[in-house]
Amino acid sequence: MTQLRNTPQAYGWISIGFHWLMALTIFGLFGLGLYMVELTYYDAWYKGSLDLHKGVGILLALAWFARLSWRFSNPRPQDLGDKAWEHTIAHLVHIVLYVLLLALFVSGYLISTADGRSIDVFGWFEVPASLMMDNQEDIAGVIHWGLAWSLMVLVALHAMAAVKHHLFDKDRTLVRMLKPTTLDR
Amino acid sequence: MKKLLLALGITAAATLAPLTQAATYTIDTKGAHAFVQFKIQHLGYSWLLGRFNTFEGEFEYDAAAPEKSEIEVTIDTASIDSNHAERDKHLKGSDFLNVSKFPKSTFKSTGFKSTGDGEGVISGDFTLHGVTKNISFPVKLIGEGKDPWGGYRAGFEGKTTLKLADYGIDYNLGPASTHVEIELHIEGIRQ
Repeated sequence: MTQLRNTPQAYGWISIGFHWLMALTIFGLFGLGLYMVELTYYDAWYKGSLDLHKGVGILLALAWFARLSWRFSNPRPQDLGDKAWEHTIAHLVHIVLYVLLLALFVSGYLISTADGRSIDVFGWFEVPASLMMDNQEDIAGVIHWGLAWSLMVLVALHAMAAVKHHLFDKDRTLVRMLKPTTLDR
Repeated sequence: MKKLLLALGITAAATLAPLTQAATYTIDTKGAHAFVQFKIQHLGYSWLLGRFNTFEGEFEYDAAAPEKSEIEVTIDTASIDSNHAERDKHLKGSDFLNVSKFPKSTFKSTGFKSTGDGEGVISGDFTLHGVTKNISFPVKLIGEGKDPWGGYRAGFEGKTTLKLADYGIDYNLGPASTHVEIELHIEGIRQ
């Protein structure tokens, strides 16, 4: 049970940890994002919610890079099932999920740094501004919103596919993302 | 003799005409010698200052006939700048200016009353957030004369206070922040 690295059959604990920790964080940020823009000026959390969203967002971006490095330095567990088109779509969805996340990090960063202000991550460190264009905060804001919803739609597809593998194909697709097992269920 | 008088009269009329006719001035936004500033209380503890960076306008002015003064200004609401991108994004959104729906704010004068040397009260239709109201506020001539580059300029200032709720902007910023002060500082180049 202390299998950290992936094998050609199973995901190790590090990959599993990245997957679920980032999944929870992404849902949290999405909910927080929708909620914080509705808060009014006299809500106690009007300021704090924004700082939290930005700080966690930057940490998630760092996790994204770490996760990709881990993925490319580990064996990739082989696809389950025998339908090639399902594998193609699954991989495509995975790639788009990664790309959407990267685009979300960039667009979010561009909103908060549009006037040259850096992003403060819980007082631990700051991410400096770089690009400062006209109406940047508005354009990046619209893009950030659209990307967030697109990500959620794709996440739903991704999750439904996993459930389909578990219930209908009765393979280890979902189970092997929960623990590093090579046993058939 | 009659002919001579007539000729003199025409000459006099032609020479005097430009002096009594109000001249048109274009607000010098190109050279940025004009500012639309605003000021609102933050929580009642301090003043928050900002401005609209993009606007244009013209005015008619003649020192000899101030009652003929006219002005028209169009402000691009999306150009609001309070020196904080996140705040500006909020101000441009539907909670405040709703700039995608109301991209322009305008002021078109309907009258001018002189109250003394270089001072007066201007009234006109002010449109903000899709609501038009007739408002009056004092304006003051700062100065006029030739500029060093062959032109002729005149500059004014005016200040008024608006109640945000009058213009359908009812986001709760607290009891100290229900009104916003607008300051207009403009320099016009005579055309």
